[in-house]
Amino acid sequence: MVDNKYISVIGLEVHVELKTKSKMFCGCSADYFGNEPNTHVCPVCLGLPGALPVPNKKAIEWCVMIGLAFNCKIPLVSKFDRKNYFYPDLPKGYQISQYGEPFCVNGYVILNSFQDLGREANKMPKQVRHDREKKIRIRRVHMEEDTAKLIHQSGVQNFDKGYSLIDFNRSGVPLVEIVTEPDFESTYQVVQYLKKLQQIVRYLNVSNADMEKGEMRLEPNISLRLTTVKNKALISKLPSYKVEVKNINSFRFVEKAINYEIERQRKILESAKTPIQETRGWDEKRQITVAQRVKEEANEYRYFPEPDIPPIRFTQDQIRQLTDQIPELPDHRSLRFQKGYDLSTYNSQILVKEKSTANYFEEAVRVNQKSKIKNQKYVDIKSIANWIINKKVDINTILPAQLIQTIIASSQSTAFEEIELKKIVKQVILDNPKAVRDYKKGKENAVMFLVGQTMKKMPKGIDANLVKKNLEKELSTLSLRGSVS
Amino acid sequence: MFLMKINVSHIAKLANLPLSKKEKEKFEKQLEETLSYINQLSKIDTKDVEPTSQVTGLENITREDEIIPPLSQEDVLKNSKSVHDGFFKVRAILEA
Amino acid sequence: MDLNQLTIIQAKEGLKRKKFSALELTKACLKRIKNIDPKINAFVTVIEDIALANAKEADGLPTNGQDLPLLGIPISIKDNFCTQGIRTTASSRVLGDFIPPYDATVVRKLKDAGMVLLGKTNMDAWAHGSSTETSDYGITKNPWNTDFLPGGSSGGAAASVAADETIAGIGSETAGSIRQPAAWCGVVGLKPTYGRVSRYGVVAMASSLDSPGPITKTVEDSALILQVLAGKDYFDATTSAKEAPNYLKNLNKPINGIKIGVSDDYFESVNIEVKEKVMDAIKMLEKLGAKIKNVKLFSPKYAIAVYTILQRSEVSSNLARYDGIRYGNDRSYFGDEAKRRIMLGTYALSAGYYDQYYNKAQKVRTLIVRDFEKAFKDVDVIVAPTSPSTALPVGSSKNNPMFGEITDVLVEPSSIAGLPGINIPCGFSKEGLPVGMQIISPQFREELMLNVAYKYEQRAEWYRIKPKL
Repeated sequence: MVDNKYISVIGLEVHVELKTKSKMFCGCSADYFGNEPNTHVCPVCLGLPGALPVPNKKAIEWCVMIGLAFNCKIPLVSKFDRKNYFYPDLPKGYQISQYGEPFCVNGYVILNSFQDLGREANKMPKQVRHDREKKIRIRRVHMEEDTAKLIHQSGVQNFDKGYSLIDFNRSGVPLVEIVTEPDFESTYQVVQYLKKLQQIVRYLNVSNADMEKGEMRLEPNISLRLTTVKNKALISKLPSYKVEVKNINSFRFVEKAINYEIERQRKILESAKTPIQETRGWDEKRQITVAQRVKEEANEYRYFPEPDIPPIRFTQDQIRQLTDQIPELPDHRSLRFQKGYDLSTYNSQILVKEKSTANYFEEAVRVNQKSKIKNQKYVDIKSIANWIINKKVDINTILPAQLIQTIIASSQSTAFEEIELKKIVKQVILDNPKAVRDYKKGKENAVMFLVGQTMKKMPKGIDANLVKKNLEKELSTLSLRGSVS
Repeated sequence: MFLMKINVSHIAKLANLPLSKKEKEKFEKQLEETLSYINQLSKIDTKDVEPTSQVTGLENITREDEIIPPLSQEDVLKNSKSVHDGFFKVRAILEA
Repeated sequence: MDLNQLTIIQAKEGLKRKKFSALELTKACLKRIKNIDPKINAFVTVIEDIALANAKEADGLPTNGQDLPLLGIPISIKDNFCTQGIRTTASSRVLGDFIPPYDATVVRKLKDAGMVLLGKTNMDAWAHGSSTETSDYGITKNPWNTDFLPGGSSGGAAASVAADETIAGIGSETAGSIRQPAAWCGVVGLKPTYGRVSRYGVVAMASSLDSPGPITKTVEDSALILQVLAGKDYFDATTSAKEAPNYLKNLNKPINGIKIGVSDDYFESVNIEVKEKVMDAIKMLEKLGAKIKNVKLFSPKYAIAVYTILQRSEVSSNLARYDGIRYGNDRSYFGDEAKRRIMLGTYALSAGYYDQYYNKAQKVRTLIVRDFEKAFKDVDVIVAPTSPSTALPVGSSKNNPMFGEITDVLVEPSSIAGLPGINIPCGFSKEGLPVGMQIISPQFREELMLNVAYKYEQRAEWYRIKPKL
């Protein structure tokens, strides 16, 4: 994927749909997915004459929280701007967005190969493992409104281009746009970043960020940088173009789409040409990127400050309050699990992957700790972690306290079962001398008969393999004449 | 400030206005007349002056995240000349 | 006096005393409209059935304690205010068949106050103009002389009030669109402080300037309607939460000692008759006890460039939603004036020109705001002619690409600064055309200008003279 001559230069623009109750500039429900068309619409999001936008306070707060989670600075004054262009899914003929004074600027996120992978790191190509502690700079995080949904209906006959249908339920839903500097050097880093972004906004509980539902949208811009070694010095020329790729609608295709585009550009560069600076679309069916027909001349958006919305001014206090509202984020939590509970990096990462799992784990630990203090039965923290990770505990139906009890019971019952099992095995051997003789003569199947007999006498649910093991062990101590020693 | 010749075709395209050739010629002249007027602005010294975008001085006007009943689907669609199954219908918009 | 010639205050009194019913009052107006609107074309849409039904309802309401300020009063509303279920065109063919599914906040407030809506009045299409000649529904004529224009863009509203087709009207002003037609038609036109009255539901022209306001026969009527309309609106983020004072209470307060500012620049290039009449009015204000002071203000001619750029830029963006998909007709239906303004605005905002035009204009705007702030340290209100001339003949705006902006030179600075202003009649030209005087007060101090206006009006009594239609 990365040629030793060409290094990928990738920047990402990700749009995240906020799960506020109402839309960004009006009181229509923002929960548009799967509803009858045009049923969550008002004069504002329909762009009727005379309608005016009033910004959603919660959406703004959540945007700032996202920025803070990405280590951004929050300027004290920001405002909305109009981005003017024509398209049928844009009812006002402009989108209210942010241009010169966005809510959040100049942040970063650290991609930590080993941290994120643990054991898996060994399976990765060497090039990738070198990208330890990769810092991705975040240029800005800002707010804007979503457009309506366009559905294309093909024509009935060949000459009929068909028509497009417009549903304004999605028009005006709050979107947060997160823009990075072109710091990505590999598709792998892009995927890592997306997973991390998704995890963070889910932890913040501001978006479900489900790519397949359009709650998280990605637009990478991709170019290749030519590097050569001259007299032992590494010379690198900045790319003179960049290609934006749209329409990547599924996590599945992120890698494929970007890799395809990188390869396409590499081929062009190797033939001594320069790829055209353009916007391309990912064609899911054909698994290629295609040049898009230009929607309008030179994207002249004629940005100017939105006169219908007064500027937003934060106080340091308000920013502090919003910072306080941010829950412990996954990276920090994972480190704390490693240090505080002596868990492995790998296990910590799995536990913090989803906030609900991490919360459940810590609640179980709390319950367990209480028992310990009260001199009641308790378990080892590592086993709590192992159970949650390996035994697929349904955290929605089993209370943490119940889980602790189950773990305690299972370790007890294991011991109890072993003693009982040994007793019964001995008895069954005594009661079935013919089967024992058959087994000793070499009939392997005889042991299965003995297993059956044993299991009849044991409580239901006992592991058949465990029974077999115990029988075989006991049988091996007998002499060939079959008498119990 | 020198007088810039307005590229009427380009502006008309940006503004999504269908103009005939005759209209373009007519407007070019009129627009340039207007331009000569507004170019007078350059004579005024605005060094160190902040632009006023909100003459009211208002700030931080927002609304709570609450739902207000929407228009009925019928009301949404009824002023349109082209609807289909609850959607607005337009000529095909092809991306590629 | 015919019922339709009454003022709001007189009509309220008559209704209270049961001298006549709201139905009779409404019928009188509708009769008047039938008789003379073919001559002046002030209305785009008259809703006779609805008006009569509203009037009957108003008559039927019990009067115990419920003092709805406009109960049973017939009102005309400029056709850029969305009225639910009633065609709203902004006098453009683009919106020829648009029926809004919602009411503008102003309309809702008037309804809640008990008004009887007579119909929607004619305007310059999209409010682009100062003549009402750019309407796609015919020109409105000046009731004082139908060879002349009523002014604009609220020409229909002003004409309907001057001709007594209605008891009062509602207009909107971006820069001059209430005050100037009020001046040319000899009626009272009040442009409130920007942010005093909600713009929600008003077809947007220039978002940072548009101000809805009343057009009435008297100053007291104007104060009454302003009281109904003023206030913060949940649906308009640019409305102020500043509480509105009682505008009616102190109308008759003596104006002794009130400092009235007069600026020479506002009399430059003004028609001699207009100058005379306004000077006479100022002398009368002096007799009433006011102190006249000379103030130095920026020459209003610089405001023309600022206003043209800001307004046309915002217009180009505000008119982008008219694509014919969700409502109305496509963009080929735009008239010449609209197309011109959209083009100029698009140009001023386009790549490379933003700093030179829009941003520069916003900076000069700051200078204008400061200029007035400085003046208001020395004076309480500023008085000037509203328009450089009396009404111009029909046809004057044709082929004049900046007719509107140049005609409105004297009102643009206060509009740019977001200040309130009121036009009151102060005499007639030799031709018999009304002359108007404007009073400008500081932001949110409408009560000051209403007070001065009222005192003058009660002394001069120009309202007694009606056009002979």
